[in-house]
Amino acid sequence: MNKQNIVIIDYGVGNTHSVSNAISYLGYKKLKISDSEEQIKKADALILPGVGAYEEAIKNLRVRNLEDLLNEEVLVKKKPILGICVGMQMLSEGSEENGWHKGLNWMKGKVKKLELPEKFAIPHVGWNNISIGNKEPMFNRIENDSNFYFDHSYYFDCADDIMAAWCDYGKKVTAAVQKDNIFGVQFHPEKSQTNGLKFFRGFLNSI
Amino acid sequence: MLKKRIVANVVVKDGIVVQSINFKKYLPVGKAAIALEFLNNWGIDEIILTDISASKKNAEPDFEQIRKATLKCHVPLTIGGGITKIEHIKEMMHCGSDKISLNQAAIKNPKLITEAAHIFGDQCIVVSVDAVKTDKGYRVYDYVTGKTIDTSPADFCFKAQELGAGEILINSVDRDGSYQGFDLELINSVCDKVKVPVICCGGAKNANDFIQALTKTNASAICAANFFHFTEHSVNTTKANILKETKVRLETHADYNECSFDSELRLKKKDDITLEEMLFIKIEKEII
Repeated sequence: MNKQNIVIIDYGVGNTHSVSNAISYLGYKKLKISDSEEQIKKADALILPGVGAYEEAIKNLRVRNLEDLLNEEVLVKKKPILGICVGMQMLSEGSEENGWHKGLNWMKGKVKKLELPEKFAIPHVGWNNISIGNKEPMFNRIENDSNFYFDHSYYFDCADDIMAAWCDYGKKVTAAVQKDNIFGVQFHPEKSQTNGLKFFRGFLNSI
Repeated sequence: MLKKRIVANVVVKDGIVVQSINFKKYLPVGKAAIALEFLNNWGIDEIILTDISASKKNAEPDFEQIRKATLKCHVPLTIGGGITKIEHIKEMMHCGSDKISLNQAAIKNPKLITEAAHIFGDQCIVVSVDAVKTDKGYRVYDYVTGKTIDTSPADFCFKAQELGAGEILINSVDRDGSYQGFDLELINSVCDKVKVPVICCGGAKNANDFIQALTKTNASAICAANFFHFTEHSVNTTKANILKETKVRLETHADYNECSFDSELRLKKKDDITLEEMLFIKIEKEII
């Protein structure tokens, strides 16, 4: 246990240090924040963190020549990857944030602006309880209705078969997606206190 | 359902956490790392760390200190103070920050809001506004020059939102450290004007003030600074009291729902028999 090589992919705009704080708190020693090909190839699991606008995030990923490398590692070698927030949104076909931008296209669905009834403020910021549709593996230590921290203005509009969890904010908002070895969460587990730490433990134990 | 947030503002001056009174008087509290760790353990929903000396001294943010302070903070953290360019924000994101707050930049260089929102997303940019009451109504206050600006906080915040701010932090200078409760009129004037979430700050004395702000304004988050520093478990006891009136997140092991509070909403001592029985209860530390 705790022996996996975990790489938090550094593409310039993510809150990499927050994610690393949370995972190293759980005792994972072989943890790197990196964009190097060598480290990513050696990793047992990848984390694609996110705080950023879609265009900037995906552009940065491409500028650092990470797209082909990640396609190889994730789609061919089937390495587990967890996208967080905009990191999760990048797994989609693309996003309409500040014009249309093509994503990694690993999962069906598009990222769209939250269109909500009048009294709902945008961005969707704060702690919201999630409904879990698929407990394994991401939520195997998490009770249904637990609170997680969200902070976003756009959401992943995806089909029900890949939606692992959702929350209610004036509409059904995708909270987590999964397909084979590809996982993503809209909320920030690194910032969701004990629930977030339990989430990471569940996810990392499963790989 | 989205819960309203209870937020702590940790004010740092010259590297030390301080209690601020009316933006004039400062009393030392301690180290930022310890304040953040304890607030985190007591179940705070979010923390704002504000360095009030950086802009005054024209200094860059103290990245090394921030990196150390954030190690045990697993809740959302907004950092402000001395941010004047995009590179500062990039570096903040590598120091454990999740959002940044702009105060001086919003006054002097509002273009930075737009530029930053374009790169980091609007959800990452908090614009922090200090307000004073004048005979012309509420006005924006510049804490570096100590002067008021001839714009109402509501108009200023609306402009910030149009420029790309994802959240507004409205702070009442008059109520700062006064224990007089939140300025509900000021908060409502801003909430009526903007669509983005509003965090209000300044004047909290006890849980009742939080309840007032939560039920009588549309603020998404209620923030206090001094109030949280001086009692053990201040966050969960406050939340336990708020929960009797309205909904907030309370998921810590100690939820205080069986406890009684006095008229000032301070925790009352349990009776001796209960305390004696409690001596033999072993609370296992939760292993994650």
